[in-house]
Amino acid sequence: MFVYADNAATTQIAPQVLEAMLPYWKEQYGNPSTLYRLGRESKIAMEKARSQVAQVVGAREEEIFFTGSGTESDNMALKGVLYGPAAKGKKGLITTKVEHHAILHTAQALEKEGFQVTFLDVNSQGLVDLEQLEQAIGPDTALVSIMAANNEVGTIQPIAEIGALCRRHGVLFHTDAVQAFGHMPIDVNEMNIDLLSLSAHKINGPKGAGALYIRKGLSLRPVIEGGGQERNRRSGTENVAGIVGLGAAAQLAYETMEEESARLKKLAQKLTEGVLRIPETILTGHPTQRLPGACSFAVGAVEGESLVLYLDMEGVCASTGSACSTGSLDPSHVLMAIGLSHETAHGSLRLTLGRFNTEKDVDVILEKLPQVVDKLRAMSPVWNRK
Amino acid sequence: MLYSEKVMDHLAHPRNVGQLENANAVGEVGNMKCGDIMKIYLDIDENEVIQDVKFQTFGCGAAVATSSMATEMIKGKTVEEAMKLTNAAVAEALDGLPPVKMHCSVLAEEAVKSALEDYYKRQGKNPADYMPVSSGHEEVCCHSEQE
Repeated sequence: MFVYADNAATTQIAPQVLEAMLPYWKEQYGNPSTLYRLGRESKIAMEKARSQVAQVVGAREEEIFFTGSGTESDNMALKGVLYGPAAKGKKGLITTKVEHHAILHTAQALEKEGFQVTFLDVNSQGLVDLEQLEQAIGPDTALVSIMAANNEVGTIQPIAEIGALCRRHGVLFHTDAVQAFGHMPIDVNEMNIDLLSLSAHKINGPKGAGALYIRKGLSLRPVIEGGGQERNRRSGTENVAGIVGLGAAAQLAYETMEEESARLKKLAQKLTEGVLRIPETILTGHPTQRLPGACSFAVGAVEGESLVLYLDMEGVCASTGSACSTGSLDPSHVLMAIGLSHETAHGSLRLTLGRFNTEKDVDVILEKLPQVVDKLRAMSPVWNRK
Repeated sequence: MLYSEKVMDHLAHPRNVGQLENANAVGEVGNMKCGDIMKIYLDIDENEVIQDVKFQTFGCGAAVATSSMATEMIKGKTVEEAMKLTNAAVAEALDGLPPVKMHCSVLAEEAVKSALEDYYKRQGKNPADYMPVSSGHEEVCCHSEQE
């Protein structure tokens, strides 16, 4: 029995996505920058992918720029704006304490270079406070970067309200939508989003392909200089197969978003209800305002890394933000930011469902997880004390 | 970060898990904030040979595996021999630990020492006369600098 329940980490490539990519690893190897037919065909395939990605967020094709990952898109957005003409000489960046490291570490690096960075708090459910955001915006603020949905606890931020607020104050708004893209409706125009990062491998596409949406008219300084691909925004010969895969995955996500989101919500609800029957277990993140397949918990008196390793022995792939799993000595910054104690955060467990999960998978998890928790608690000197 | 096969084996099949009813020495180290606690029970006979040992651990994979390995390494040994158990020896017996997990092996060493300290106290002896100075797990765990 094998259950993959770590779809926030990455997803399985959908068969139709793989099929779409295969020719570009075989006979369709042309460089899209070349003049002959073989190259032109690659270019055509890439442009089709561009429109497939654009339609998911209501953007124009020419506003989508392909990158190598969500992380690269995030770097390109923050550095590209702050180093470039789009910032109009302003040096302020506002972000949150629960961003992915791709934003957090980039923001910290910019801070070291002399940019003014504000890291907003979130409440216990992982939501930013719009009033706090508004107060943080000053005359020197160039950019606000707030994730659409959190990778650890699944909380969805009010990006439409944030976008409106930023527009009202004349500051640019970037959202890291790596977890949200293709999983929930996003419209860059309705939501006043100026830049948006996305990645293929979270939506049943390949690893190594991402994109940044940049609102038309915004001038960013390129992070990668070279042959001028992607209209000078991101040089380097394009990962054509990966881009085609991103396009096919975006198309699939777009066409199935409504039904898939409803299906995942139902599965996640069953899973959550079942997991919460384990004594001393709490849900982390927002109770309702969360990604459809995202379930995150803190299980009392067990340590997250052990929990994940024991679940793996039972064939269940899950993840944790416990200190012991982060490679450092502190629990994840997200769990700290939502106000969990170290003690509670040690028991962090994330189960994220995706396209290929079935109700049977949920049943398996609900059978195995309580057994594993019992086993760990039986071994734990702190559980007996209670 | 990769665990060795031996670590995984000790995690999947921890040796000597549980409590000892007739323990004449008990030690506990670590705390919930650090995220690992190890409790060790020893049954030491009149010849100062560790006849039986059990452990209970709350912690990560490395904490459980080092606990398990440490109990295997001291079972049947004399108190004097057990005193010489080092965290490096436990880690080595597990075919090594990832660098970020080395502090977990200190927990196992400390737990054994803490139980032996309890043994001496119960014998009416001053543990300080028999024991090397402790390195202190808390310091290793909670207050060390991140890389």
